[in-house]
Amino acid sequence: MRDKKVRVLLAKPGLDGHDRGLKVLARGLRDAGMEVIYLGLRLTPEQIAQAALEEDVDVVGLSCLSGAHMVLFPKTVGLIKEKGGGDILFIGGGIIPGKDIPGLEAAGIAMVFGPGTPIGEITGFMKERVRRRGVDNQD
Amino acid sequence: MVEKKANRELPERKKEFKTTVDGTVVNRVYTADDLGKDRQVDVALPGEYPYTRHIMPGGYRTRLWTMRQYAGFATVEETNNRYKYLYAQGQTGFSVAFHLPTQEGYDSDHPLSAGEVGRCGVAVDSLEDMEKLWEGIPLAEVSTSMTINATAPILLAMYAAAAQKQGADISCLRGTVQNDILKEYIARNTYIFGPAPSMRLVTDLCVYCAQDMPQWNSISISGYHMREAGATAAQEAGFTVANGIAYVQAMIDRGMSVDSFAPRFSFFFAAYTNLLEEVAKFRALRRIWAKIMKERFGAKDPKSMMLRYHVQTDGFTLTGQQPLNNIVRVTLQALAAVMGGCQSLHTNSFDEALALPSEEAVQVALRTQQIIAHESGVADTVDPLGGSYYIEWLTDRIEDGAMRYINEIDKMGGALKAIEKGYIQREIAASAYNYQREVDAGEQLIVGVNRFTTGGEPAPELLEVGPEVEQRQVARLSRLKRERDNQKVGEVLDRVYVAARGDGNIMPALIDAVKAYATVGEISDALRGVFGEYRETGIL
Repeated sequence: MRDKKVRVLLAKPGLDGHDRGLKVLARGLRDAGMEVIYLGLRLTPEQIAQAALEEDVDVVGLSCLSGAHMVLFPKTVGLIKEKGGGDILFIGGGIIPGKDIPGLEAAGIAMVFGPGTPIGEITGFMKERVRRRGVDNQD
Repeated sequence: MVEKKANRELPERKKEFKTTVDGTVVNRVYTADDLGKDRQVDVALPGEYPYTRHIMPGGYRTRLWTMRQYAGFATVEETNNRYKYLYAQGQTGFSVAFHLPTQEGYDSDHPLSAGEVGRCGVAVDSLEDMEKLWEGIPLAEVSTSMTINATAPILLAMYAAAAQKQGADISCLRGTVQNDILKEYIARNTYIFGPAPSMRLVTDLCVYCAQDMPQWNSISISGYHMREAGATAAQEAGFTVANGIAYVQAMIDRGMSVDSFAPRFSFFFAAYTNLLEEVAKFRALRRIWAKIMKERFGAKDPKSMMLRYHVQTDGFTLTGQQPLNNIVRVTLQALAAVMGGCQSLHTNSFDEALALPSEEAVQVALRTQQIIAHESGVADTVDPLGGSYYIEWLTDRIEDGAMRYINEIDKMGGALKAIEKGYIQREIAASAYNYQREVDAGEQLIVGVNRFTTGGEPAPELLEVGPEVEQRQVARLSRLKRERDNQKVGEVLDRVYVAARGDGNIMPALIDAVKAYATVGEISDALRGVFGEYRETGIL
């Protein structure tokens, strides 16, 4: 029986350096009993995809505040799905205009959490949505 | 005590009232008993050491602060138009936002630039872009601030070259480059090289300015981004001054006398919505810096002791919910900056939690400053809150809090060591997390976010930067690379490489390189070849 904890990879694709939100989320998820791999910033979609698959995570959280999300999020999700990570839950955050959200959802981002989202709302969403490989995430 | 007696009479709405300065408890009322013993010395008149009340005796009665809106997006054509618009609206200085590839040393055609071109700022790859950015704006007559750090020496070289092409004498140019690499490792994250070679580039630029561009502010030591990352007011003050000490020491270690460069050191801080705390922070900062420059570094020139600073209202406090409320927040923050005595100010636009600011939102932001300047009356006397028992007490508290951090960092061997150890990063991350927990628990109220919420708001008109911007910029760059003298470019890049390996000042080689239309990415690559690249260690 493998680890029961929900495994989450958090990463910032692209050149954006605003990492306050993602770092706060990383601590919040840990305090909520999840296992967090904080990959850091200035990463290519390829680097994030490789790490997500190697680390065998349940959730990938992407953050971008520079406006490059419409390029970087779909590319990262696409690469991960292509290489066998189709059952991973993807979430996004940052400065994301509302009109971009349908496009991100179509690309496979399950939910976009904007500024001001309470951490509990994100953990609640993740726990409800993570369903895979016999992981029992009722901690 | 008056206070205790009063407390018994009526219950108060909260058990405790706290500032954000490490949660300092705020008393019900302040009296003359709360003033510091040294206040005659510490709170001298404006224009007198230690400049608590203002660096100039006349404050804004002599000259208003510079209204300087940070702007830049898409390509140089769009940004040039926005600058001309702001100039026509009464803005008195320019502030350039560069897109992230320019800030991090990549050309617009680099794979890592995909999706980023023209987003967080204007795309500048070469001197050709810089020339077009300023078309129709006489650089000899304006003052320009450039938010640029790791690639600051390259972009300053481009600005100087563009000004020369307009016929300007570079010794007359006025403006600022941020050039503050230390805070990049702490918060803003646009570093390229490791701390040691980066500090060399910072000081190369400062030495060059001291000699050839004496009216140019060679560094803007920034607390803003640390505050945005979660620092408290006292942390912002303490960590920024600690970084400032590191830069002053590095210049002295290069053999420069303190008064030859310190007058051109400038600062950059945030203004939050807690109006009185922020005013006290600015007053405390002026006093701390004056004392350190005089007592620690032996500065003789009063200008070396004067903390001159730009303020930007805080982006983090802007909410995506009920965005028009942000106009009110920005007004309070701008009031704090002005009553605190800033030299220049950027007011944020109300739509910035949603997207890059639209033209309408930028105009409201600028008008906010103009209303404060011309209608509110707060600019009519210097340090209007000076002498308030609470303000003086809070100024002392922030000075104490900041000095504790500065002393702690001194004990570690200075800011560079404290950053390498992750101390500053961890302190800020802890503050950010505590704040979020307080918000989530409802202990910190944010109007429209965790209280007084309304559903289904109409979305304001947002600025869009389409994908064609990237295509246009990449096409422009590839034409430039075809048409320029590429043999010459090879030679100047070799010179940059050699200069980086040596220990002389790198600026002359960079100026030759940009004049030959070598690009930001090419020059940065030559430097990467010598200095290598820095990777963050993922401190949480």
